[in-house]
Amino acid sequence: MSKLDSKIPEGNLEQKWDKYKSSVALVNPANKRSLEIIVVGSGLAGASAASSLAEMGYKVKVFCFQDSPRRAHSIAAQGGINAAKNYQNDGDSTYRLFYDTIKGGDYRAREANVYRLASVSANIIDQCVAMGVPLAREYGGMLSNRSFGGTQVQRTFYAAGQTGQQLLLGAYSGLERQVGLGTVEMCSRHEMLDVVTIEGKARGIIARDLVTGKLERHFGHAVLLCTGGYGNVFYLSTNAMGCNVTAAWKATKKGAFFGNPCYTQIHPTCIPVSGDHQSKLTLMSESLRNDGRIWVPKKAGDTRKANEIPEEERDYYLERRYPAFGNLVPRDVASRAAKERCDAGFGVGSSKMAVYLDYKAAIDRYGKTQAKKLNVTNPTAAQLREFGKQVVEEKYGNLFEMYKQITGEDPYELPMRIYPAVHYTMGGLWVDYNLMTTVPGLYCLGEANFSDHGANRLGASALMQGLADGFFVIPYTIGAYLSKEISVKPISTDHEAFVAAEKSVQSIIDKLFAIKGTKSVDHFHKRLGKIMWDKCGMARNEKGLKEAIVEIRQLREEFWKDVRVLGTANELNSELEKAGRVADFLELGELMCIDALNRTESCGGHFREESQTDEGEALRKDDEFAYVAAWENKGDYTYELHKEELKFESIKIAARSYK
Amino acid sequence: MSTTSSTNFLQSSLGKKLIMSLTGLFLISFLVIHCLLNSFIFFNDGGLLFNEGAKFMAENPIIRIMEIVLFAGLILHMIQALILTMQNNKARPIKYAVQKGAANSTWYSRSMGILGSLLLIFLVVHLANFWVKSRFTGLPGLDANGNENLYAVMLEEFKEPLIVIVYLLGVGSLAYHLMHGFQSAFQSLGWNHPKYTPCIKAIGLWFSIIISVIFAAMPLSIFFGCIK
Amino acid sequence: MSQGNMNLTLKVWRQKNEKDTGKIVDYKVSDISPDMSFLEMFDVLNEQLISKGEESIAFDHDCREGICGMCSMFINGQPHGPNKGVTTCQLHMRSFKDGDTIVVEPWRAAAFPVIKDLTVDRSAFDRIISKGGFISVNTGNAQDANNIPIPKTDADAAFSAAACIGCGACVATCKNSSAMLFVAAKISQFALLPQGQVEGIARAKNMVAQMDAEGFGNCTNTGACEVECPKGISLENIARMNREFFMANIME
Repeated sequence: MSKLDSKIPEGNLEQKWDKYKSSVALVNPANKRSLEIIVVGSGLAGASAASSLAEMGYKVKVFCFQDSPRRAHSIAAQGGINAAKNYQNDGDSTYRLFYDTIKGGDYRAREANVYRLASVSANIIDQCVAMGVPLAREYGGMLSNRSFGGTQVQRTFYAAGQTGQQLLLGAYSGLERQVGLGTVEMCSRHEMLDVVTIEGKARGIIARDLVTGKLERHFGHAVLLCTGGYGNVFYLSTNAMGCNVTAAWKATKKGAFFGNPCYTQIHPTCIPVSGDHQSKLTLMSESLRNDGRIWVPKKAGDTRKANEIPEEERDYYLERRYPAFGNLVPRDVASRAAKERCDAGFGVGSSKMAVYLDYKAAIDRYGKTQAKKLNVTNPTAAQLREFGKQVVEEKYGNLFEMYKQITGEDPYELPMRIYPAVHYTMGGLWVDYNLMTTVPGLYCLGEANFSDHGANRLGASALMQGLADGFFVIPYTIGAYLSKEISVKPISTDHEAFVAAEKSVQSIIDKLFAIKGTKSVDHFHKRLGKIMWDKCGMARNEKGLKEAIVEIRQLREEFWKDVRVLGTANELNSELEKAGRVADFLELGELMCIDALNRTESCGGHFREESQTDEGEALRKDDEFAYVAAWENKGDYTYELHKEELKFESIKIAARSYK
Repeated sequence: MSTTSSTNFLQSSLGKKLIMSLTGLFLISFLVIHCLLNSFIFFNDGGLLFNEGAKFMAENPIIRIMEIVLFAGLILHMIQALILTMQNNKARPIKYAVQKGAANSTWYSRSMGILGSLLLIFLVVHLANFWVKSRFTGLPGLDANGNENLYAVMLEEFKEPLIVIVYLLGVGSLAYHLMHGFQSAFQSLGWNHPKYTPCIKAIGLWFSIIISVIFAAMPLSIFFGCIK
Repeated sequence: MSQGNMNLTLKVWRQKNEKDTGKIVDYKVSDISPDMSFLEMFDVLNEQLISKGEESIAFDHDCREGICGMCSMFINGQPHGPNKGVTTCQLHMRSFKDGDTIVVEPWRAAAFPVIKDLTVDRSAFDRIISKGGFISVNTGNAQDANNIPIPKTDADAAFSAAACIGCGACVATCKNSSAMLFVAAKISQFALLPQGQVEGIARAKNMVAQMDAEGFGNCTNTGACEVECPKGISLENIARMNREFFMANIME
């Protein structure tokens, strides 16, 4: 008997959520006032959940490690947010958004959750506009949409290239409103270091005040983890420097299961690594693939400059391999193809780990149309180029500027060098339909949970999920639990469970200082990242994963013997903060490899080299692997697998093809 | 949301800015009249017209009242400036070791306090030279039309090179004070518009230059004997 | 991999905690690659310090792609360094020359007390927002998003104001440590949108009052904030805030 109960309501897919909403237990206003909720993380999911719950009358405490809740990494999302509004009259519907998301996730997501996500998507846009989020508009004053990867309708709402920023600032403003009203207590520069459970239920957290170093105990009738993804296990990723798995990982030690840890999304268009000093990678919007052509030289190890390589000696490998979709294949496919070329020795740039994204053809093409538009007869080559550059600048100017800023090269003159980079993690804490983990009272929202994106996330869906969870799901589903907690008086933080949890956090901190080793935290983080990237990155195989597990174990042992953490615990100490996070990554990394080893099929962001078609495409094994792998942390670095079967009642499973 | 602030409007940061800009603009309007009247000396008629104007200014009841308003405005402008400067200093108790102001703003926009203080010193000298004499200590005789001869005082004062230099420095401070102050007053009032602001800035610049050149021309032309 | 070849002298503000007086300390870094970001150069310096057994320099940073607004160094007399329109994390070492001496200080303002080294406390900004930098609409109250048409020019202007990342460079560079550009950007964003106009009066009054209470200085319209703002927030916003505030006080 599986320990996993997904609590999916009965009934038709279309009616599950509506029925659930009208039947879920409620908490009356007077009782809400005496119920306390802790929200960890202040990104889209955390901020929207905190403000919504506070509006309803709950007493809310929010924690974030940054200096302000406005800095959460949701802010960096560029492209947009999907919503089934059908404003473009192009046939969009809740079902289509649901279908695209399930298919995009390579049939590894839970139908009921995804359908709910699609059905609340339109409310998110309404809510955000009402909150004053300045989404892009047409001249007629109506909202503008653009198209995005993996769909055939225009359903993506955006605010220039800063959609995440604008949505986060919207959610943040709602949160700050509640702070001003005194219904939310905001604890910035605080890091959650443990979940406190009493009689099996989540009852609070231990947090460290990052300025004074003091460990604090906070009680809550429920705890919401909205702590984002764990892409930084790879050291280099497009995540912010502070993104970490610590909150979620500590939860696994208190009984929360970790779902599908091996599902990571590698984004194909990032600026490549320029040297050993590199601290993070920067994403270039997926929209660049609309007009750019991706190529490598036909000759391996070609050292000529891009401009010196004649047309016939260039290999436009995406157009060659996928004539139907060409440069617009989904993220996972494009990423793997780039890796394949570079591994085979065709990579470009000083590192040889990059491919070209070339705008010359687009500039020429736009130049000609622009000349016609402007009625310039017999334009010179220089004129054409100038016209073309103008059009490209209008469409992608800010991205080109960003590229130039980072690389020092002018992308109008030289093809851009790009390479895939870790971008998002679909895996996360396992949650049921209520977004509750396997620990009663402990919830997980947003990227931190595993629930909606299956094995691969579509563009513009992360923002949608974060806000859906916070604004429209948790305010309802939390009632199912809290309605039974109304008689529970706030538990004193002198309770032995709090004392024990604080003691264990303190002992880890003491241990880190006591090592007095020789190598910095970053040293270990970089080495872990390399193992993960090489052996549990874009392509995985049994041998590599087995090696990785051994190497990670060795590295972890070395870390606990030789890491150097200077300073004291009673002050702002970024080395200590990093050490704690890397210590958790060193455990998570192993679990990711274990999960990847277990899943001998290829699906979405998880490509097992043993499971591919004759043409080198990903091969799913639906008979064996149509399940969520939820791992229970049994202590001593051992994990037990629990399976949640995925039943597809409304969608027929099919293979993805982009040829 | 409900209004929770109970601070006095005029004591707020923006209220003080409003007072600075309104008093500033009022002082600018005075400058225009002062400059126009003084320009009568350029008729080079032995100061007859100029003294006529001075008489009008001294005897017209409206002007008399406005003189009090003017002093009140000037004092208000100075007091507000003093308060603002003190608050601003307090807002940064520890200064930077290196601050490259030139990279982002003009030196005179950052030096309004110093320029204003220089103007104040100049004003004391100026008032002592002319205003005190004409109003209280009395003037030396009458001109051909029987008016009090303020013009003669002017001729006398501006023979002294030191006085001329003091005046030129004063007028120089005025020019730079205006160059920032003029357009800044509009910004403080909330009048910033992509279409009109460039125009306001241009007017402010030319106004500052022209009015200062005319004022500077007065001591210079007397000193060099162009006007007798 | 590119090899670094720059040698630099850094003069960095070190301050143990809020109460410590602090001082500038000289450091040498070598083999710096021009492709490094300024913060990556600091990573190298910190690694160097750790290997010598010295405590690393505390500085705020997070996204390292110019959008979170967390990085905050005052470099050679300018916030976010010499380049226009970039944050410190997007400032690259190719903007400096071999042999340069670089002075790095924290944001300096009474309202931004130093926590440690180059890290300052900018929570004053959050408190200002909590007084009115929002529209009072509870979750679930919204009508259809297209029910209120908003002229594209207004929507674009609101977006330009909303692009503020709250880094505090405006305060840091202002000779008066004034926070007007920050406050004005938020007041402007809502003043330009019909949804925001409903609460315009209370917003202007409450946010300005909180700004004053936090101890920021007064604006003297030098325009330095606009020039140094990594997101190009315009001075027009300050004028709009002034209008909003004056009207609010005339009306109520």
